[in-house]
Amino acid sequence: MPILRASRGEALAHTRGLALLIVVIFAVMSLLVPDKFLRPYNFISITYVAPELGLLSLAMMVTMMSGGIDLSVIGTANLASILAGLFFHWLGGAHGPALAALGLPVVAAGLGIALLIGLAAGAFNGALITGLGITPILATIGSAQIFTGLALVLTGGPAIAGFPDAWDFLGNGAVGGLAVPLLIFLAYAGLIALLLARTAFGMSLALIGTNRKAAVYAGLAVRRTIFLSYVLSGLLASSAGIILSGRTNAAKSDYGVSYLLQSVLIAVLGGTDPAGGRGSVLGTALALFALMLLASGMQLLRLSNFLVEAMWGAFLLASIALNSWRARR
Amino acid sequence: MGEALVALEGVSKRFGGVEALREVSLTLNAAEVHCLAGENGSGKSTLIKIIAGVVTPDQGRIRFAGETLGRLDPKGAIARGIQVIYQDFSLFPSLSVAENLALPTEVGKGKRVFRRRDVRAIAEAALARVGVDLPLETEVGALGVAERQLVAIARALISTPRLLIMDEPTTALTGREIERLFAVVRELRARGLGILFVSHKVREMFAISERISVLRNGRLVAAGAVGEFDEAKLARAMIGEDLAETPYHWTPPRAPEPPRLALEGFSVPGELAPLDLTVARGEIVGVAGLLGGGRTELARALFGFRPHYRGRVAIDGREVRLSSVAAAVAAGIAYVPEDRLTEGLFLSQSIDRNLLAASLRRFRRGPLLDLAAAEAACARMREAMAINTADGRRPVATLSGGNQQRVMIGRWLLREARLLILNGPTVGVDIGSKAGLHRRIRRLAEEGLAVLMISDDLPELVLNCNRVLLLHRGQLIDVLSGAGLSEQTLAERLRALT
Amino acid sequence: MKALTQRSESVVALVLLAAMAGIGLLNPAFFSLSNLFSLARSNVVSGIMALGVLTVMISGGIDVSFPAFAVAAMYLTLRLMLALHWSGVIGPFLLATAIGLALGLVNAALVHGLRMIPLIVTLGTGALVRGGLLGLVGTSQINIDRMPPELIRFGSAELVAVKDATGAHIGLSAMILLYLLLAFLVHLFLGHTLLGRGVYAYGDDREAARRAGFSPRRVVFVVYGLAGALAGFAGLLHAAMIWLANPRDFIGLELDVIAAVVLGGASIFGGRGSVLGTMLGVFLLVMISNSLILMHVPTTWQRVVVGLIVIVATALTSWRDRRRLAQGLA
Repeated sequence: MPILRASRGEALAHTRGLALLIVVIFAVMSLLVPDKFLRPYNFISITYVAPELGLLSLAMMVTMMSGGIDLSVIGTANLASILAGLFFHWLGGAHGPALAALGLPVVAAGLGIALLIGLAAGAFNGALITGLGITPILATIGSAQIFTGLALVLTGGPAIAGFPDAWDFLGNGAVGGLAVPLLIFLAYAGLIALLLARTAFGMSLALIGTNRKAAVYAGLAVRRTIFLSYVLSGLLASSAGIILSGRTNAAKSDYGVSYLLQSVLIAVLGGTDPAGGRGSVLGTALALFALMLLASGMQLLRLSNFLVEAMWGAFLLASIALNSWRARR
Repeated sequence: MGEALVALEGVSKRFGGVEALREVSLTLNAAEVHCLAGENGSGKSTLIKIIAGVVTPDQGRIRFAGETLGRLDPKGAIARGIQVIYQDFSLFPSLSVAENLALPTEVGKGKRVFRRRDVRAIAEAALARVGVDLPLETEVGALGVAERQLVAIARALISTPRLLIMDEPTTALTGREIERLFAVVRELRARGLGILFVSHKVREMFAISERISVLRNGRLVAAGAVGEFDEAKLARAMIGEDLAETPYHWTPPRAPEPPRLALEGFSVPGELAPLDLTVARGEIVGVAGLLGGGRTELARALFGFRPHYRGRVAIDGREVRLSSVAAAVAAGIAYVPEDRLTEGLFLSQSIDRNLLAASLRRFRRGPLLDLAAAEAACARMREAMAINTADGRRPVATLSGGNQQRVMIGRWLLREARLLILNGPTVGVDIGSKAGLHRRIRRLAEEGLAVLMISDDLPELVLNCNRVLLLHRGQLIDVLSGAGLSEQTLAERLRALT
Repeated sequence: MKALTQRSESVVALVLLAAMAGIGLLNPAFFSLSNLFSLARSNVVSGIMALGVLTVMISGGIDVSFPAFAVAAMYLTLRLMLALHWSGVIGPFLLATAIGLALGLVNAALVHGLRMIPLIVTLGTGALVRGGLLGLVGTSQINIDRMPPELIRFGSAELVAVKDATGAHIGLSAMILLYLLLAFLVHLFLGHTLLGRGVYAYGDDREAARRAGFSPRRVVFVVYGLAGALAGFAGLLHAAMIWLANPRDFIGLELDVIAAVVLGGASIFGGRGSVLGTMLGVFLLVMISNSLILMHVPTTWQRVVVGLIVIVATALTSWRDRRRLAQGLA
């Protein structure tokens, strides 16, 4: 149990609320489409599909906690996976057995490239925000354009199809019965929870997001902490891109566009305060699960993707309304 | 004394858990200067906001010219001839002087269209009334503090209000400007205006007002004609019982040692003229002067906000380079700003986190923090600073002003600061806590801390400091100590500053 | 003189002139009448929406839902026109504007009533409206053969028509006048009405504006309502000008328009911005995309260029804003 919590009672109530939400959604969906919803296959597929969104939501949470926001996560994810894909194609050809069979060292190198892109993108954002002093909304809107634009230039438009088998394993494989994406997400979630609760970085982040001026007066390394939060966000985003391209065996400059809204939603629903200072890994994970159940149910109900999109919007509004109402009591 | 303009009856107001006002009743009359006296945190601001319609009281009634008001909002208050000049001036930096002057009255008249010519006419007349000449089209954001205040005052006078409320208007004015302000106030009174002059400066109250009401901790503790008070009685009413403390006495260390703080030719171009200063361990050195005269500038420069300073700074004999806040903190310098709510505290975070904010490095064990050790240290600090709570996890916003100040000081003690700079240490702190805080600061000094205390509160300076620096226009013009350090002398010297 | 050079509008105007000169040198085709006319035409729809975004930004807020509102207003109006065999011009525009206004007022209610952050609110309403439109109303594009002829005629109206060297017809769209008229009205509102000045005041200092007697509720409702109304109008105008209505249109437009407004000197913190600056910003951005095409730069690079411009523009304005803030504290 993390001690030195910001406000214990409140966080507990929020987590309980999320757990309740999960139960409610589960119950409703089970009633509406019992035969399809309650199949194990449904839940197993969630463990493959949810993690990439989960990583993006964690990225959103981290940057929101610092009082900013990272609107370029999708661009970073795509750029990272595209560059890895291009690397593989360069080495193993555009398709065929040579590509599929590329060895572990090569795949590891590709992994390194993708993650490096994530770090670089994050550093770029961090530099714009802490170095040039550009407000996060505008900085990441601009960088999102640049990253997506570069992705577009590199691919010319169409998807980069075909990744090595080892890469696919990251998106579709299982270890000890658990989906690899899920393991990756849990590892990251654990790491970030540790960072937030038990490191100076994490605590500084929360304080800076609560009151930046006071943080300066307390002698905290404000610029460095904010810079690192964007680097972390970039790392998470590129990891999401890796999983996504592993799962779909392709990388494209406009994949995952709807993930942006969803990641904001999950972060906010999970208890992150968009104004800064507060965030919870557990809350984000629970919110992710709740919304994935909801999405799965809606798909089984044959609701069009557009309606699902609209629902995300409505949910986002409802959760901020709830947060704001609760904060005022 | 004219007819009653505004009468408050049994007005109370609570913000969350804090009682800002409790059953306050007072009457403001036309053609009279009424002074609302009280320290910061006494409830003055809330009272002003209630009269101005910005805040609604929880209990009590407001009567305006005899008529009981159901609900008052800012527009209604303005329409009834109530004008407020707030301490922060409430001006709009992006708009021009003329627009700032004319806008509120235009809004009050319910106008839709905004004609430049009318606005100019209004603006020129307003400035003339205050006897000031300012370029009308300049953005207010480009003006200096004193000029902005003049615009604020001129603006309030435009609509020839019936009641004018002035919240600590002389804070940023020089002697000559204060005299001009008083002249305007007297003229307005002669014309039949009621004036509510809010202040905590005793001398000014006697100079300008006819009736005085004293607020303390949200309650009206004294009221009457100015002749019924003398300075001592007034001060006591504002502060509470006589602080029968003996003045702080400093004993120099037995063995000679390098001073805790040594400044040689320390200056900040444009803000602070070169000054030499030494502060020894155990000293509590006061810093007095007018706002903008160098007190806060000195503090901020010492805390690393002016990396381009000149001169030498040494802590305990070792020269340090105050190139950033982090550097200053590393050197052992701590600063508790005056506005702790916006500049000091992380309100939604826990008490312990607030205490820990400057000491995170200290509790590192490898890449992680030793939370158990940190929590224990916080518990000890809470006890040492007598912070009134058993649970360090509660948000610091739930504490009273006095306890919050203890958290701020505790934060720096946890960091093992060597020089503690306090800016307005007891602002917004209730009387009981104030004495306690003073005692604690003195004890900390006796235990080896060096303290620099910036304050407007003369009794506080006189009783708690062994020396008081007088800064004016960025220059150190005098040091008062020993017999030369008394409330009287200090007040006289401050008044003489122009 | 100093005041002139310090004004953001002057800087943008200078950049614009320099860019035009530069591009013209590289490719004289830039200055051909057909290109200039086409450039002017491209300004109209983005420009009208930018006026709304400007007003919201001056008040200290932000709006990313306006493209969704524009598309919704456009598509709903046209579907209704088709279903009811309703023809006309003024009526449909009024309806489209009304739809946009209503949606904008929803934004206002959420931002003011529930005190929620504008970015997140408009993110949510935008998604809700777009998803709702595509999911509930339909996704089929209305092609030129089904578009109401009166609307097409209106949208094709021209101010000036000439024949170029090859005998091809070149015309300057009359919709420019609509744009200029709306820009002028917004300028009058911001500069010459009390409420307009109140928007600046509110963006500067919310509390002080309240004390001065400005109603925060009115300011918020007016700015978001205006943004929505202008978006609705621009949406239908867009359909009238390109002769088709695609409910999937305008995706990603919010970034470009916000970039243009910021480029024109508006501050995201509020209290700053002008119609002239915004128009210059829109012109600059439209010109960049136009000239990239002229210079045979693949469209794939456009995004990158726009992104870089946003960053440069915001870096400059941030620098300026921070200086102002620092001075304000003195």
